[in-house]
Amino acid sequence: MAIEGVDIVKAAAFLGAGISMGLGAIGPGIGEGMAAAKACEAIGKNPKEAGLLTRTMLVGQAVSESTGIYSLVIALLLLFVV
Amino acid sequence: MGFGAIGAAIGEGYTAASANEAIGRNPKLSGDIFKSMLVGQAIAESASIFALVIAMMLLFTKFPAHTLTPYVLIAAGLCMGLGAIGSGVGSGFPAGAACKGMARQPEVTGRLTTNMLIGSAVCQTPAIFSLVVSFILLFTDFSVRPVSPTWAAILGAGISSGLGAIGSGLGGGLVAEASCDGVARQPLTATPVTNVMLLGQAVTQTTAIYALLVSFILMFKSFPTTDLLAPPMALLAAGLCMGIGAIGPAIGEGFAGRSAVAWIARNQKHIADLTRVMLVGQAVAESTGIYSLVVALVLIFVV
Repeated sequence: MAIEGVDIVKAAAFLGAGISMGLGAIGPGIGEGMAAAKACEAIGKNPKEAGLLTRTMLVGQAVSESTGIYSLVIALLLLFVV
Repeated sequence: MGFGAIGAAIGEGYTAASANEAIGRNPKLSGDIFKSMLVGQAIAESASIFALVIAMMLLFTKFPAHTLTPYVLIAAGLCMGLGAIGSGVGSGFPAGAACKGMARQPEVTGRLTTNMLIGSAVCQTPAIFSLVVSFILLFTDFSVRPVSPTWAAILGAGISSGLGAIGSGLGGGLVAEASCDGVARQPLTATPVTNVMLLGQAVTQTTAIYALLVSFILMFKSFPTTDLLAPPMALLAAGLCMGIGAIGPAIGEGFAGRSAVAWIARNQKHIADLTRVMLVGQAVAESTGIYSLVVALVLIFVV
């Protein structure tokens, strides 16, 4: 196997992209699930506020999603730019 | 096998603890609770039995001498071992909740057992995915494929299904736990609670299915021979990416499903609102799992 510098860099970039997106998906997934869980609880207790609670849940989830999107951006950069 | 034993042990331990708590509350029913504990533990155990079967096969089968064989053996072992963790722990949750519920509401013992069995069966599906992938890895003839990059595809397939099963097993268990708890609290709501439980569990299983899909692509697609390091690394990274990325969303969706089921049991009138919010919340939690799938597919097909 003729391994050269460019090849090693590419291989490392691919591995890095996979690990970045994989690990980066754990936190947002769990966090957004917690937000959804609390929204369900709150709607169960106070169904009249369902609209407000859903909106708050979505805003909160959008914020926690951001780190997942950072990971995606880094993964795509590693795949296509580096 | 080692990993698989960890999950089963935690799940069974949780069930036994709940059973003891339940017997303490209602000693007259100790026979029923004990029976239900054993059934629940048997299901939690099944994941680790799958792992044991694979471990035995790895130890006692004579495998053909080929450069790829060690990779196949490592991948099959990792896949089943990791895959059994989530299902073992997850199956323990509904079994524990069922034991506690029987102590509280002895009249619904039959319904609780049914719910526990359905819920735990769904928890076992990711472990069965891992078992299928392990068997395919062990019985496919890889000797006609080029050594590089097939070695990385084999490892990636095992890691993807193995890690991907952890979250779905756990998440499915959380939802089933809430349903057993809810049926015990409000036996009249058993039907909607079971329906929403199945819906919530189905969503938690999706990431395990993505992981299975990536494993199948890695195992069955034929890759051109290469002397470079980058193509095999891309395949290994695809497996890692999908496997690790499947854990978080599935657990998060399990939390959302658990709360929705718990509150439907208490407030059946608002089933429509709660189901809608659960599904919207789960869809958002799913998004990072889909990003992982996209990156894995890009790694396999594009780069």
